[in-house]
Parts: sequence; C-alpha cells; structure tokens
Amino acid sequence: MIQSPRQSGPGAVVEFRGVVKEFAGHRALAGFDLTLQAGEFVALLGPSGSGKTTALRVLAGLESADVGTITINGADVSGLPTGKRDMGMVFQAYSLFPHLSAGENVEFGLRMRKVNAAERRSRARSALALVGLDAHYDRYAHQLSGGQQQRVALARALVTEPRVLLLDEPLSALDAKVRVQLREEIRRIQTELGITTLFVTHDQDEALAVADRVAVMRAGNIEQVDTPEGLYARPGSPFVADFVGLSNRVPGVVRNGFAQVYGTALPLVDPSHADGEVQVYLRPEDIEFGTDGVSGVVTASSFLGSLRRTGVRLEDGTVLFTQHSVRVKPAPGERVHLRFTGAPVSVESSPRLGA
Amino acid sequence: MSAGLRTTGGVAHAPSRGIRTVILGVVGLVFAVPIVAMLEFTLRRGLDGGHDISRWVTLLQSGFAGQYRPVLVALGNSVALAIGTVVIVLLLLVPTMILVHLRFPRLRRTMEITCILPISIPAVVLVVGLAPVYAVVAGVFGSGVWTLAFAYGITVLPYAYRAIQSSLDAVDARTLSEAARTLGAGWGAVLLRVLLPVLRRGILAGAFISVAVVLGEFTIASLLNRVNLQTALVVVSKNDPYTAVILSLLALGFAFLLLLSIGRLGAARTRSPRRRSPSKGLS
Repeated sequence: MIQSPRQSGPGAVVEFRGVVKEFAGHRALAGFDLTLQAGEFVALLGPSGSGKTTALRVLAGLESADVGTITINGADVSGLPTGKRDMGMVFQAYSLFPHLSAGENVEFGLRMRKVNAAERRSRARSALALVGLDAHYDRYAHQLSGGQQQRVALARALVTEPRVLLLDEPLSALDAKVRVQLREEIRRIQTELGITTLFVTHDQDEALAVADRVAVMRAGNIEQVDTPEGLYARPGSPFVADFVGLSNRVPGVVRNGFAQVYGTALPLVDPSHADGEVQVYLRPEDIEFGTDGVSGVVTASSFLGSLRRTGVRLEDGTVLFTQHSVRVKPAPGERVHLRFTGAPVSVESSPRLGA
Repeated sequence: MSAGLRTTGGVAHAPSRGIRTVILGVVGLVFAVPIVAMLEFTLRRGLDGGHDISRWVTLLQSGFAGQYRPVLVALGNSVALAIGTVVIVLLLLVPTMILVHLRFPRLRRTMEITCILPISIPAVVLVVGLAPVYAVVAGVFGSGVWTLAFAYGITVLPYAYRAIQSSLDAVDARTLSEAARTLGAGWGAVLLRVLLPVLRRGILAGAFISVAVVLGEFTIASLLNRVNLQTALVVVSKNDPYTAVILSLLALGFAFLLLLSIGRLGAARTRSPRRRSPSKGLS
C-alpha cells in the first residue's frame, strides 16, 4: 500500500488515510479513506454536510486533520502549510483578486514563486489561452462574466503546474448552459495536462459527466467509489441508488435472489440480499412500454430534448417514471402497459430495520 | 423641478441632477455659512463698520514670528500626532481586524463593542483615567507631545473601525486569502499583496477620519497640558479674537489640503501599476 515517492509534477498519487475532522462536536470526516491515482479525475459527490468540501479543504491544508494522514506521492503533507503543498484550487465563490487584472491574477502564483517578469507574462498568457481568454489579459474581475471569472481562476490555479488540482464546486454559481460548457472544458484541460484532480460537487450530472471515478459521500465517509457507469448500473446501497440518477421506489419482495415487482422477477445487484419485503429502486430507462405487463394511466409526459420522460399512475396509486424515445408521445389519460427490461436492481429492506 | 419629481419616484435610482444640486446646495450652505461668517468677522474694521484686509496683511507680513510662533509649533505637533495616530491605526487596528475577521470570527462582537466604546466615553472622563496612565507613559517614553498619539489611537478607534469594517464586509476576504494561500502566498504576502490593496478604500477612509479627529482635538491635550493646534488657538483667541479666527481659517484650509493630498497619495500609489499594465501588455 506504500507508494514509492515519485517525481513531482502533474499526475501525483494522493492518498487519504483514516482522516477524521470534527467541527465543534460535528464529525465532518469520520475515518475518510481515498486514493487518487496519478492523473485521475475523481469527483466527490454528496449532499451538503456529507463532508466532501471538508475532505478537499483538508487536502489543500486550509483545514487540518484531527487524525489520519494525507500523502502525495507517498510523502506525508499533513504538516505542510497550504502555500507549500503545490496545489491549484478553484473556489465556489468568485475569488479573483479585484485589484489585479486577469493576467496579473494568473501571474500571482508565479510571482509568489519568484519567477521573473517576462516568463510570468508569457506563462500567464498561455494559461489564459488554455481557457480561451488570452484576449482578456487586461480585464478586471468586474469586467468579466461569472463563467469567465471561473475560467481565469482555473488558469490561475493551473499556471504553476501544480501536482494536484482541487475544484470546490467551481460551477455552482454559474447558469446551466455555461456550467455544462465549462465542465467539459475542465475535463478537456485535465486530460490534456494529465493532472490529478479532485472535484467536489453536489450535482450528480456533473460528477457522472466528467469524472473517471465518483466517490459518493455520506456522513463523513465514502459510501461507494466506482466509475460513473458502475455507480449508475450497480449502486451498492439504496442511498447511492437514490442519490445518483433518478430512481423509482416501489414495493417488492425478495425471493431466492430475485426481486418480485408487479409480477416480474428482477435480478438483484446484491444477490445475497435476505428474503423479505423490500423497496426496489427502478431506473426510468429500465422501464418500457409494452403490450402486456402492469397497466396504468399516463399522468404527464415531458420532452427532454433527446428523450421523453413519462409518468404512469398504476392501479395501486404508485407513479412510475419511464424514459423513452421521443417518437413515442403518450397523451395524459392514455392507458398503457409497462414492462421491466430486467436490469439488476438495488433494494432496501422494508420496513427499515435498525434505521 | 419636474425632472426632480419624476426621478424621486424611483427609489432604486440615483437622485436626478436637480435633486442632487439641491442636496449639495443645502449641505454646502450648512458648511459655508459659518466659514463665510468667520471670514467676514476677520475683515471687520473696528466699531465703525466697513471691511478691510489689514489683519490678514499684518499676520502674514509678520511671517508667524513673535507672538504667533507657538501656533506654528502647535500645528507641527498636531501633524506629528496625526501621523502617529494613523500609524497606530495601520499597525495595530488593521492587522487585528483582519485576524479577527479571518481566524477568530467569534471575537467579532467583542471587537466591535471594544472599538465602539470610546465614542460613549466623554473626553473629560477619559482624561481622568488617562492621567495616571500618562504618569507611567511619561516615565517610559518621556513627556513628548507625540505620546498623546496613544490616547488619540483610542479616541479614533470607533471611526477607523467602522470605515475599515465596512470595506472588510464588502469583499469575501476569507476566500481571497485562501486563494492566495493555495497559490503559494504566506501570511505576509496575503496581507501585503491581497488584503491591503483590496481594503485600500476603507483603510484610507479610516486614516482620513483619524487625521481629521486629531487635528480638531482639544480636550485631552488641554487637560493633559500638551500643546496642539486647538489649544494654541484658544490661547491666541484670549488675546486677539480676530487673529484666532484667521488662524482657524488657515488651519481649516491646511487640514483640507492635507486630507486632499493623503487621498491623492493613496489613490496614486495603487493606481499607477494598473495604468502601466495595459501598455506593458501591448508591447
């Protein structure tokens, strides 16, 4: 498990081991373990208060861990002050220095490293070019849009060629369209530079879209770490199933490793689950219209661009959401039949035991 | 008139030209009337009425020699005290406020109350407390006039605190300092390269008001038997009320020029690199 020290530069290995952090009795991190491989893009996903930002701030040195160690390329950095950890960070709040131009903001980290003026300027220019803002070198923060400010902040974080890039919900203050553009750009730049990146977000779309691996956090610990595809297809717990992607929650019964839902036997993500009554999490894309199967009445159908999502009220009152091609356009009030594709489902015992 | 009425309806908008002129006119009048009255007083020719500038000529021709010399010395004292007080504010208050704001936010209320407190204590009461303290101060630092700056550092606290706090509240000082730290800045660089420039307006305003308060201070200096501008003017006025008023007018003009030049200095120092950077960028 011990990493041999590697050369510093892009692509460092970062490891959290048993990190505990408490704030006035509240346990923000409870024995947090996570390893980021060199050049890997890991998203920390979780509801507010799950400790994801604390984990990032402890890595940055902005908070100190009460217990546990953090290593970069095998070397313990727990005792290093923030300024000496060689990390780039982009904050949720706009953080450009208002008295400096965009270019001078980007130069700041180089100035701290005593880089000479000519080199500072040329490196700042190429960092701004990387985020598509080289023409805005002389603009001040108040002359830039929110998206541009975060781009400059990204250039500022990257210009020193840090070992690790830390992104603390950098997109959450931006509007939807810019958010999607910028997250793709962040991913492009990250891939280009091969820099190890930790990205904190509460937005599952964002996490699933850009990360190599997603760590879902709950109450100061990681609930599950997996690739976005793995996390979505095989949520290890009901919490993950509920938090990642949209899920239908319906009553069912587990018998012999299969969940019985409305007369259909569905395989389980965790086949060892004990028999009994359960709540079953069904993905909307795993439900289709059919000629037979459970019947219900369409309540509403919304057009989502590339697909359509339709709610169907079953006879027992449950509303199931299904995601399907836009060519099918069910009308509210229409009677339809639903069938299940047979993808493995995640279940939770009900009534909850020991919850 | 109609233009003024139209825009006063829109609360969010800045007042119209007309309204602005009226407001500035009224405020200007409030300030101008006493000053003009003072000027008129200095130009009066005895009991027979009429005006001339003989008193001004006499005073200026004497070149502040002789009996008015102490006023000049006192002015020097007051300027020295103003500088000393501003130094105390800059070296003690500003770093303390930043520290409390960033690292010990729970102490903010205590800090605020402590800093506002001097405004509720009359100067006379303050002196009663300060007198024994100054017996010790005189023992350590001597009895130079400049030691009064310690007392003035306290009396200007409420004003300087408000000015600096409002600029501290206007920016996200915490995020800015964290951003600077992740970029490799130590606390010194965070303070000098980020926080002080960002808080420039508030700090300047705090310095302004400190200078203004110190130049106008009479009670503490008088009761602690130190000579400053105001105590010297009182002495002159007992002998020659006309000359005292002339000197007051000159002091007002001097204070005005002093504040103006501090403002220019503070603005120029931080603006020059901004002005230069675009031209550098082009080359």
